[in-house]
Amino acid sequence: MVTKREDGKQLWRRRATRTQLAIWFAWLVGTAIFVYCFQLISEKTIWFFVLDAGTQAVDLGSRMLPPNWGYMEVLWRPIWDTINIATLGTLMALVIAVPVAFLAAHNTTPSVTFVRPIALLIIVSSRSINSLIWALLLVAIVGPGVFAGVLAIGFRSIGFCAKLLYEAIEEIDPKQVEAVEATGAARTQVLSYGVVPQVLPAFAGISVFRWDINIRESTILGLVGAGGIGIQLSAAIAELAWSKVALILLVIIATVVVSEWVSAKVRHSFI
Amino acid sequence: MSLGEGIAAGRRWRKPPLIKNPRLRWGLAIFAALYLAAAFGTIEVNWTRVWDGLPRGEQFLLAFLPPDFATRWDDILDGILESLWMTVTATVVGIAISVPIGLGAAKNIAPAPVYYVCRAIVAGSRSFQEIILAIFFVKLFGFGPFAGFITLSVATVGFFAKLLAEDIEAMDWRQAEAVRSTGAGWFQWLEYSVRPQVMPRFIGLSLYRLDINFRESAVVGIVGGGGIGATLNTAFDRYEFDSAAAILVVIIVLVMGAEYASGHIRRWMQ
Repeated sequence: MVTKREDGKQLWRRRATRTQLAIWFAWLVGTAIFVYCFQLISEKTIWFFVLDAGTQAVDLGSRMLPPNWGYMEVLWRPIWDTINIATLGTLMALVIAVPVAFLAAHNTTPSVTFVRPIALLIIVSSRSINSLIWALLLVAIVGPGVFAGVLAIGFRSIGFCAKLLYEAIEEIDPKQVEAVEATGAARTQVLSYGVVPQVLPAFAGISVFRWDINIRESTILGLVGAGGIGIQLSAAIAELAWSKVALILLVIIATVVVSEWVSAKVRHSFI
Repeated sequence: MSLGEGIAAGRRWRKPPLIKNPRLRWGLAIFAALYLAAAFGTIEVNWTRVWDGLPRGEQFLLAFLPPDFATRWDDILDGILESLWMTVTATVVGIAISVPIGLGAAKNIAPAPVYYVCRAIVAGSRSFQEIILAIFFVKLFGFGPFAGFITLSVATVGFFAKLLAEDIEAMDWRQAEAVRSTGAGWFQWLEYSVRPQVMPRFIGLSLYRLDINFRESAVVGIVGGGGIGATLNTAFDRYEFDSAAAILVVIIVLVMGAEYASGHIRRWMQ
């Protein structure tokens, strides 16, 4: 306990003087970095436009309301496409992520020095490139449309799913694996009877979680031409049809809320 | 015939299924099959386009190699620095706003009206993708890093306040009562009982969000929000794919570095 003497009495203090000074110093440095960064941003900002934002927002709001409900009949197909992009993309990612995860986990990888780094590299490069950038690349290769969206979501999700899955595999109970090994089971049998049953709940949770994220992400892929409701969104913004934009945003919110509800339900039933 | 074989022939052991209820299991399987059939039926892959695209894709990928760091290095450096400023400021501001909202969104310490208002703010800022937010903020605040900064701040609030509130809800209530019974005021109570309990996770989440914000700063630029994304988009628009490859490499390296560093800091904090 840290104390200090004052008028001959011992008083409780939270921290020693040195710690307190270190904390103040850290705050000072942090604040300085923040102010410096903000000042650099502020130099690149046209403040007239920023100050104007309030009137702009009111103007935009008045153009968006009421939403153009008649536009809804055009939107059913893009919604279906969006859901397909998310679902098929997640499926594709899972098919690839499962072997990658088994190769990346310390306790199941065939070789820690050779195979594991390659698997980790796949995971990292898939994770660090955003799905929008993946879509930008893939639209150029396979052409605009839903297919590019599925591939973009798929490539982006491999890393995420494989990372969470291999962490789950590393956390399994080794005793069960040993028990299966003791029966004389072959390597593949050990995997399917000792490892897989232990990670199956985690696997289901991860898939549904990623599917939920992918629904959100697939709503914007259309901005670069990769299918889904984003195509309508960017078209409506381009033609300044703000009442259509408002309706699309409402539809996106509704889709996201429903998908979140579904994923919460499914996860509860597994875990 | 030996006894073991007889048992094996009579009742074979089978792995227990994942979903116990057979009706639910078969229902889900049939639903999945129908859905997949419908989804694949409507996907319309233009295989000739894909086939034509493959050699083009090969050329396209070859155009990325080797990455050209030199020609646009000044622009790349500029974009990266801008992204870093945006990341730092947006994370700081976002977290500063998240703290009161997170406190308000925790069911065990906030009164009901405050709780619902804060939950609504969290849900609102979470329901849109960063990109959609960015489109609107670019519209309102003009092109450049300021719009990106606002976008990332808002996105940070939705993420951070939600997780902070969940952490506060999961805290040990006995410590809070102990501090309250000493006659501490509300702020003292917060400082000495709530804060120490959520601090480790708070720091972990801040680092995690810093990481996410940097990644996202690479894409808000595509819709005009400044940062390395703007540089990347320009490189794509000018068909300077070797520069684009250099930018992607720089992003991957920085993200990997950030992830590695934040992992270390988190381990060191605990």
